[in-house]
Amino acid sequence: MSYSQTLSDRLDSLQAANGDVLRVTSGDRTYEGTLMPHHDFSDPDVLVLKLKSGYNVGIRIDGADGIELVQRPEAPIRKQKEKTVAGDKPRIAIIGTGGTIASFVDYRTGAVHPALSTDALVSQVPELGDLAEIDSKVLFSIFSENMAPQHWQELALAVANELNKGAEAVLIPHGTDTMGYTAAALSFMLGEIPRPVILVGAQRSSDRPSSDAASNLLAAARFAIEQDVAEVCVLMHDSPSDDSFAVHFGTRVRKMHTSRRDAFHSINVAPLANISPGGVAVNHPHRRKGDVKVEARIGLEKDVVLLQYFPGMRPWHFERAISGSHGAVVAGSGLGHVNKEMVEFISKAIYGGTPVVMTSQCLNGATNLGVYDTGRDLLKAGVITVDDMLPETAYVKLMWSLANSDDVAKTMRTPIANEMSERREMHV
Amino acid sequence: MSEHELTCGIEIHQQLDTTKLFCSCRSELVESDEKTFLRRLRPTASEMGEMDRAALLESQKRLFFRYQAPPGVSCLVESDEEPPHVADVEATDTVLTFATMLNARIVDEIHFMRKLVIDGSNTSGFQRTALIAMDGHLDLNGRKIGIQSICLEEDAARKVDAGDGEITYRLDRLGIPLIEIATGPDMHTPEEVKEVALRLGTLLRATKRVKRGIGSIREDLNISIPGGSRIEIKGVQELRLLPLYVENEVKRQRMLLRIRDILSERNVAEVGYEPIDVTDIFKDCPSKVIKGALKDKGKVIAVKLPGFAGVLNGDGGSLRFGSELAGRARTRGVKGIFHSDELPAYGIEQPYVDALNERLSMQDGDAFAICAAPKRKAMEALELVVVRANEGLVGVPEETRDPLPDGSSRYSRPLPGAARMYPETDVPPVRVDEERLKKIEDNLPELPDEVIERLVSQYKVNDQQAAQLVRGGKDELFEMLAKGSDMPSVAATTLANTFPEMERDGLNVDKIDDDGLLSAFRLLSEGRFAKEALPTLLREMCSGVTAAEAIEKLGLSAMDSDEALSVVRGIVSERRDFVIEKGMAAIGPLMGPVMAELRGKVDGKEANALLAKCIKELIP
Repeated sequence: MSYSQTLSDRLDSLQAANGDVLRVTSGDRTYEGTLMPHHDFSDPDVLVLKLKSGYNVGIRIDGADGIELVQRPEAPIRKQKEKTVAGDKPRIAIIGTGGTIASFVDYRTGAVHPALSTDALVSQVPELGDLAEIDSKVLFSIFSENMAPQHWQELALAVANELNKGAEAVLIPHGTDTMGYTAAALSFMLGEIPRPVILVGAQRSSDRPSSDAASNLLAAARFAIEQDVAEVCVLMHDSPSDDSFAVHFGTRVRKMHTSRRDAFHSINVAPLANISPGGVAVNHPHRRKGDVKVEARIGLEKDVVLLQYFPGMRPWHFERAISGSHGAVVAGSGLGHVNKEMVEFISKAIYGGTPVVMTSQCLNGATNLGVYDTGRDLLKAGVITVDDMLPETAYVKLMWSLANSDDVAKTMRTPIANEMSERREMHV
Repeated sequence: MSEHELTCGIEIHQQLDTTKLFCSCRSELVESDEKTFLRRLRPTASEMGEMDRAALLESQKRLFFRYQAPPGVSCLVESDEEPPHVADVEATDTVLTFATMLNARIVDEIHFMRKLVIDGSNTSGFQRTALIAMDGHLDLNGRKIGIQSICLEEDAARKVDAGDGEITYRLDRLGIPLIEIATGPDMHTPEEVKEVALRLGTLLRATKRVKRGIGSIREDLNISIPGGSRIEIKGVQELRLLPLYVENEVKRQRMLLRIRDILSERNVAEVGYEPIDVTDIFKDCPSKVIKGALKDKGKVIAVKLPGFAGVLNGDGGSLRFGSELAGRARTRGVKGIFHSDELPAYGIEQPYVDALNERLSMQDGDAFAICAAPKRKAMEALELVVVRANEGLVGVPEETRDPLPDGSSRYSRPLPGAARMYPETDVPPVRVDEERLKKIEDNLPELPDEVIERLVSQYKVNDQQAAQLVRGGKDELFEMLAKGSDMPSVAATTLANTFPEMERDGLNVDKIDDDGLLSAFRLLSEGRFAKEALPTLLREMCSGVTAAEAIEKLGLSAMDSDEALSVVRGIVSERRDFVIEKGMAAIGPLMGPVMAELRGKVDGKEANALLAKCIKELIP
């Protein structure tokens, strides 16, 4: 909510801006303080002042109250940033995309900004400069919920460019909500890569002393430099503690908690690596560093839908969703099931030329359509099964396959970026 | 206008008895050290967006914080794994109620702030706090004591262990709502400080939403004297010690001013930091401290303090600058220092002192300080000793001090600068509208004077006792005791007289908590002992035993009437002639010997009746 018209007019007539010192007289009360940005949930008639004590208070203004402009502060002078000196340290490219890892507070006005330049991020984590020559740029400055397939494409090109220019690693600070999708997209688009590409997020913003941004970023830089791993992966906390991290394959990772630092889990496989005070444990065979030139295949068929099956799902709710798209991924129940009506409907869609991929909303475990009648009917209809691939990964892979393969079904069933496997380890 | 001898303001932090401020966890302390995790905190960029490298290094030195997250009393919010929920309505209303009681101006919209604290006591690295009201006042003996601010904030995690490079905190206390009340610098005597604190405590308890017991209320004192400086004594938990802290701090500041004058008269110049390694002198020294340090490959380092002789410890112990120096040295992790005013002593005999004097080329009036510890620590400690010595030339340095149980205080750190605060964007602002305030005004709690009147009429205690109970914050406890035992006058006398007497006699009354006292009264009402024995029983309980154990220990078991009757009959028959001579008038003189036998076993009234009965049996 913004200011009421009256209050907004009064502030305008004083030419008062956030950061100015105002004196407000309301009845027998007088307040003097710095004008703060209006909070979205504040009353439209409330001014927020930062008092000398540092506290913000909200003061309701009515017609009789006096507002005076006391002082306009001088613009703060920002110190020039020291350029990181190029030495014999490896060069790490950091490509900023926005998100919590890049949010910060302007102490003067108290406003929270969603985008911090990657430069500023690096200046907050000066230890990065001890590890590598840091070459940072901001590609986007958006929250990850606003990330769309065209952003993946743009990002893939930027990453390929950095790798082909000889970067030792590319780190991508990214909002966590859709980081798994971006990681999967990069995994398919980049194909063979000579050096690691690590997406890093934060569940606590970097303006807080307890932020996980710095520790995740540092752990990613160390992992990239010290380990002989050339994969697209995601690095985040492995526990609530600041001394353990997990590195996940970009196609296997999913955000499994809304707020915890260790929200990211590898599903159906162990993480690519676990980092603890005892050292780094690499759990899977992986691509090693080399000299291959990256040829990004960024084509995507964007008219693809991802549907979650639920009891009571009726075909007519989704008729347009599926018939209007060029491909659909369904997260079915259990082994990969939908109700009878939906079976008929899906069969028709496939007959009409729309590929339909079946995954499971259980996330853990593979689909198996051979066990029950429903499954067999779906198989007969030509549904594509993809073992234990995550629904989100299947969605991204289907988009990519439709644009890059002549045989979508075959491509979907063939592992190309560690996204699926036939066997799963028993953990007891 | 005459200058006051002393100026003091207090800041009270009182825990509220609601759920936690930003989640629905129970506000309770528990004994559980399970479920731990490790964290680090980093200082955040300054207002200019730059990271202070020195601050960063400092923060990294401290390494890790380990947190214990006991279930039920902590959740993802305390662990900083989930954003805070909206501020607890009951806690907010309690603060609004209190602000109304103190005629403070309440803000129209409450905005929570983040106050940066990176010592690990808050998992987030900041304390959430909101200013709720300003400019209230308290009337005390016809004087107006200003209330500068009333805030609602979250309590910090409690430190349970500090090891090498790792500090352990428990999250049970983190997030318990605290009301923080800051008075103006309006108090000018130690007693006044106590009275204001008591009065605020009484008003707080009147809201019926505050926690009781040790640790639930903590007071910070801001004390200065003319020519001195503002000193903050932080975290006093014992209300009755407040005047003592104030008195001692005034004495300390006066002493420091006196030392400044002495040094200035001597024309003592600023001391340079020139540490000298004197380890070789102490190779065979029998002093335990030095032997221990050398065994751990430490060194003995000395600094000369020219002109400081006699003020480190002199004038019959009234000058004690040495302990100021030692206090500063201890912040570098050394056990302490030795200085020339206290030597020879502690196993450092005259020959060592002579050797030191020679090595340091000591002149008349010079002093020295030595420190035995690992070399770097000892050097850092002595550097601070020199800094503190030079501050002594100027007067009283501003600082924060920790209260000690004996009423003195110890250096803790320099007075913090203005807190860095920025908005807590995860907590929405809270509007305080007319309707809410009206409801609060209509439901204000019973004020202390009203409680006094009620105690008098409801329990028939006298005015003075009732007032004493309310002022001392014992009214609620009194009502519990009175209702539980149906002995209001015993309860009143116990709280209003017995306890103060025991305190005067130097007994440790803190050993008797509310539950202990309640159980003593329960046993009393069950007739396990006579009410005359209650003071004796309570005195025994001050040694830390339970009421039941005290009964046993004192041999107080109630006697039945038959047994008592035969005791009285025996006493009377021994004095047969006297009784026959005096008749019923013998009751008075005989009560003494009777009570000597029956105290604690039989109620006085009953003993009196038994005595009368036995006398009647004898006289015709």
